[in-house]
Formats: sequence, C-alpha cells, structure tokens
Amino acid sequence: MDLFNAIIQVLDSTIRLSVPLLLACLAGLYSERAGIFDIGLEGKMLVGAFAGAASASVFHSAYIGLGMAILISVAFALVHGFASITHRGNQIVSGVAINFIAAGSTIMLGQAWFQQGGRTPALASDERFGAIIWPGADAVRGVPILGPIYSELISGHSVLVYVAFLAVPFTWWVLFRTRFGLRVRAVGENPAAVDTAGISVAWLRYRALICTGVLTGIAGAYLSMVQNGGFVKDMTAGKGYIALAALIFAKWKPVNAMFACLLFGFLDALSIRLQGTPLPLIGKVPVQLMQALPYILTVILLAGFIGKAIPPRAGGVPYVKER
Amino acid sequence: MSTPYAKLPAWADYGLIPVINLAVAFVVAGFVVLLVGENPFRAAVVLVEGAFGRGQGIAFTLFYATTFIFSGLSVAVAAHCGLFNIGGEGQGYIAGLGIGIICLAFDSVLPWWLTFPLAIVAAAAMGALWALIPAYLQAKRGSHIVITTIMFNFIAASVMVYALVGFLKPAISMAPQTRTFLDGAQLPKLNWVIELFGAKIRSAPFNISFLLALAMAFLVWVLIWRTRLGYEMRTYGHSSKAARYAGISETRIIIIAMMISGALAGMMALNPTMGDQHNVALEFVSGAGFVGIAVALMGRLHPVGIVLAAILFGMLYQGGAELAFEMPAISRDMIVIIQGLVILFAGALEHMFRPYVQALFASLSPKSVGIEAIKGKGA
Repeated sequence: MDLFNAIIQVLDSTIRLSVPLLLACLAGLYSERAGIFDIGLEGKMLVGAFAGAASASVFHSAYIGLGMAILISVAFALVHGFASITHRGNQIVSGVAINFIAAGSTIMLGQAWFQQGGRTPALASDERFGAIIWPGADAVRGVPILGPIYSELISGHSVLVYVAFLAVPFTWWVLFRTRFGLRVRAVGENPAAVDTAGISVAWLRYRALICTGVLTGIAGAYLSMVQNGGFVKDMTAGKGYIALAALIFAKWKPVNAMFACLLFGFLDALSIRLQGTPLPLIGKVPVQLMQALPYILTVILLAGFIGKAIPPRAGGVPYVKER
Repeated sequence: MSTPYAKLPAWADYGLIPVINLAVAFVVAGFVVLLVGENPFRAAVVLVEGAFGRGQGIAFTLFYATTFIFSGLSVAVAAHCGLFNIGGEGQGYIAGLGIGIICLAFDSVLPWWLTFPLAIVAAAAMGALWALIPAYLQAKRGSHIVITTIMFNFIAASVMVYALVGFLKPAISMAPQTRTFLDGAQLPKLNWVIELFGAKIRSAPFNISFLLALAMAFLVWVLIWRTRLGYEMRTYGHSSKAARYAGISETRIIIIAMMISGALAGMMALNPTMGDQHNVALEFVSGAGFVGIAVALMGRLHPVGIVLAAILFGMLYQGGAELAFEMPAISRDMIVIIQGLVILFAGALEHMFRPYVQALFASLSPKSVGIEAIKGKGA
C-alpha cells in the first residue's frame, strides 16, 4: 500500500508539473504550425506569471490576474509578430529578445513596484485559483485503489489544470476540424498557396500568435497563482524550453504533446521524489541526469533515432509576397 | 519585392543604421526607467560616468568586454556560415570543466604563462566538443541547430552541477565550486596599462585575456575574409545551394564552423575563472553567451564592430552596476532589458528603419543609393 500511495503521489505531482509545460507546448503548437518559430515561450510565460501575480495582488482577484496575464502575454506575442511577420525579421533573434526583455523587466518592475527583491506580495487564498474538490471525493477516499485515484489524481486540482487538459482536445479540434485550423496548418506548410487562395498570410499568422499568447499567459498564471503563491524571479526556469522540446518530441501534434509533457513532468516528479534514493538494478542515479533527460531525449529524437521529427515546412521563413 | 532593399552606402549600412537601431533601443529603455519613476537622462549620465568616469570603471568595463568579445566572435563565426549558435552559454560553461581540471592539476607546479596556454587549449577543446555534436546532427541528420544547441545549454548546466558538487570541489567544502586557484593559474592584471594614463585603480579584474580576445578578433577577421575556409563559410552562409554546386562539403563546413564557434565560446570562460574569481563556480558564465548574440548583431558580424559592441556592453554592465547603486529603483536587471531591446531593434527589427533611411538618402542624393544608375540602364 505504501508503494501504491507513493505512485499516486508521484502521478499527482506529475500532473501538477506538466500543466505549465502542456499549456506552453500547445501555445508553441499554434505558432509553429503557422510557420513562426517561437523561442520566446519562456519569456511570454514569465511576463504572464508576473502580470498575473502582480495584478491579482493589487486588485484582489484571481480572475483579473488571469486576464492581465493573458493580456500582457498576448502583447509580447504581438511584438514577436510585428518583428517576424510585418518586418520579416529573424524569428529566433526576436524570440531571444523577448526572453531577455521578459527576464529583465519582470524583476525590475517587481522590485520597483513591490520592493521585495523581485517578488510580488504573497497572494491570499482568494487571490489564487484554489483546488476544486469534485463531488464525493472525500467520501470515496477510503475505497481501495479507485478511491485515492479519484480523490487525489482527478479531483482536487485548480481550474487551470482542467483548462490545460481540455485545451488538448480543443486544440486538436481547432487545428484539424475547423477552417481556421486548416488554414493555420496550410500557412505553416506553404504560405504561397494560402496567399494565392486570397487569404492574408500575415493576419492568419498574427491570429495564431494571439492563440500562443493566450496559452502562455494561462501557463504563466498557473505558475505564479496556482503552483506558487506569488511571482518569484525567473520562476519559469527553462520550462519554456522544455515545452519547446516537448513540442518537437510530440512532432507538432496536440495529443502527442500532452503525452510528451506528461512524460517530462513525470521525469521531473520522479527526480524530486528519488533524490538520493538508489534505484533497483541501476543504483543511484544522479539527480542532474534526471533533470537533463528531457533535453537528452529531445536531442536523440531530433537526431532521428526515435522516428523522425519533421517540422512545418515553412517554419522560420518570413513570407515575402512576390510582386 | 524579391530584392526588397536598394543598396545604401557602406557607411550608412554599417554605421548609421546600427546607431539608429541602438538609439531606438535606448529610447524604449528610457521609457522603462520612467515607468519605475526615475529620470532617464540622469540614469544615462550615471551609467556613462560609472563606466568611463574613473580608471576603476574603465578597467571593469574592459573586463566585461573581454568576455563579450569572445562570445560575440563565437556567434559571428557561426552566423557567417549561416548557422545560429545559440549555445555559446553552454559551450562556455562546459569549458569551465576543462579549465578547472587543468588549473587544479597544474597551478601548483607551473607558472601562469605555462598554465594559461594549456587552459586556452582545454577551454577551446571543450567548447568545440560541445558544439561538435549539434553540428554533426545538423550536418548529417538535419536536426535544427538552434534547438539542439539550446538543449545542449541545459545539458551543460546539468553536467557542470554534477561536476561541481562532485569531483571538482574539494571534499571538505560544501560550496559547489573548486578551491581557489594558486598563483600558477591566476592571470596577471592589465590595470597598469590604464594607470599609465594617470588613473588610479584600487582593484579590478581587467586581465591579460583581454589581449587574447583582441588577438582572436584579428584571427577571426583573417579567417573570414582572408582564407579559403572563410570564403567557403561565407559562401555556404549566403547560399547553401551555391556552396554545394561549388563543391564545398556541407558536412565539413558546418562542423568546422561550429567547432571554431564553440572554441571561441569556450575561451570566454578564461576571463571570469582564471582572470577574476580564481575558481570555477556554479553559473559563472551568467548569461555572457547570450550577450554574444546582441554583441554580434550590434557589430554587424565584423570583428571590429564586435570589439566596439563588446565595449559598449561592458559599459552597460559596469555602468549598470553603478546605476543600481545610485538609483535604488533601478536594479542590474536594467541591463538585461537593454540587451533584449538591442537584440530586438538591431537584430529582429533591423530592417524597420531601412526604408525610411533609404527614402531620405534617395531624396538627398539619388546617386548614393544607385537609383540613377538603374534609370540610366533602363533608358
């Protein structure tokens, strides 16, 4: 039973840890499917986290916080669009710039406005997104096997967790079952064809980037208003890049993205859980190896040793309309 | 629209446009300063005075610039070959491993002028090795170099944590860093050069690796514009198809360019470790690899431009420290914002003002943008 409880706990933290990855990964999915590389997921998450926690603590409302997180994150996405769509700049350079601006401005504004060393004030419980207890969760807790699964794994998360997992089928539906989704995929593969059909490439890509901004905003809000009771500097800590890795790992598909993020979240949860305890057969695994594993796996995948990851064909290339 | 921009005179291309982009970046940064309730003009004065006002400031400015010259050159060499090496941070970090091993082994037996060349080789080799795998994967397996180098930054960070909490730190110590290097692995300071001009310096870490940086800048210039290899790299960077047609081996040129780039990134680790802290500690690179991107873009990928841009960023780092001291509302993170803005305006938005500049030039003197010549031919 001990082992079972331990497994439940690890899986529970897997879910919690994979939610920001999943949201950011889906965010990247929209922009990369539209042919815009986005290294700036990290930065957009960070500004989302800051804007969310800062406005939640000022206005005492979690929902205003979420709204601001999305708003600021979309604004940064639009800057990326302005540089890479309107001015046909290098998308990677623009993404790097956004990460820098986000990292610097969140700390500096946080310090100037709240004077807590770059933190925002700790959020009260009504300024955060609390856990939603599903009906009957407490009643069935005692039931063996299924009880803990229902009450720990399924119930008891904040609304943003459910939003993240619902975003997976929703994204699939948008991309593969709507006209907008078809066009987004087309513009990522062959923008000239989309242009010939009389659809604006730029406007389509801007809309995809707005979707990206909304999702990174939610991811940021999750970090600072659910996982943590406030903003801490550099709190994304590379999650944007892991999300990028997950996106490649998932071969730019929404359902795969969920599994990739759950896998990376699981590795993270496991490395926290196993810190210092030896494993059977393998012996003691250095915690650094577990932390590096998502990146190593992605490199191996990219090298084509586990299937082949083929990015959208027009990815990273600014569209120039021929006259 | 296929060739969207007519040619500007060289001085405008390499001088005027970067200056305009830089000016816009600073204006936006000024708004950020306003946002936290300080006076941007006073902030600018404090920043420049902090960097160049006293000998001490100049020495620190050049100390920071040393690292940025290496990382800027690293980005530039790869960029000339059409590759975006975003992994300078990781290549520099992992080079600390080589430096650490060499210095710990030889600092008690060899004088600094023998340890230094060994450490240069070790740092360059580790950096090059760390760039080799992404380069090989790009050349042979078609995996995107940007993504792999980012991944390698994180892997490098994990390896270094493993090394520094493990075999590199002395057994009795808790801090994840090597012991302090002895005299045999401490680089001599160059502060006396600044003192020749009458300034007084209490203590500053400005050291001899600055000369190595300048030498590397010269060598990169020779490589890119005066050798066959450099020509091949530039050809490949302009058009991989043309390069293939000319019989240039894609695999070879990608791997060589990335390894040179990685070696330069590796050498940037010499300055903070042997030159300043006299140990290898966690996170000693602290973002300098990324600064290289801004420096290379600012310097238009030319070594002279890179040295100037590195000094500019050195000034921002040193002046920014003074600024944080003078104005409590502004922290050192202001520099990170400025870096981001410079990358945005000098890199991603580099063409934003070009049409206006061109229109201006065309109205002032049509000949300078070659309009007349085209008209003449057409008629």
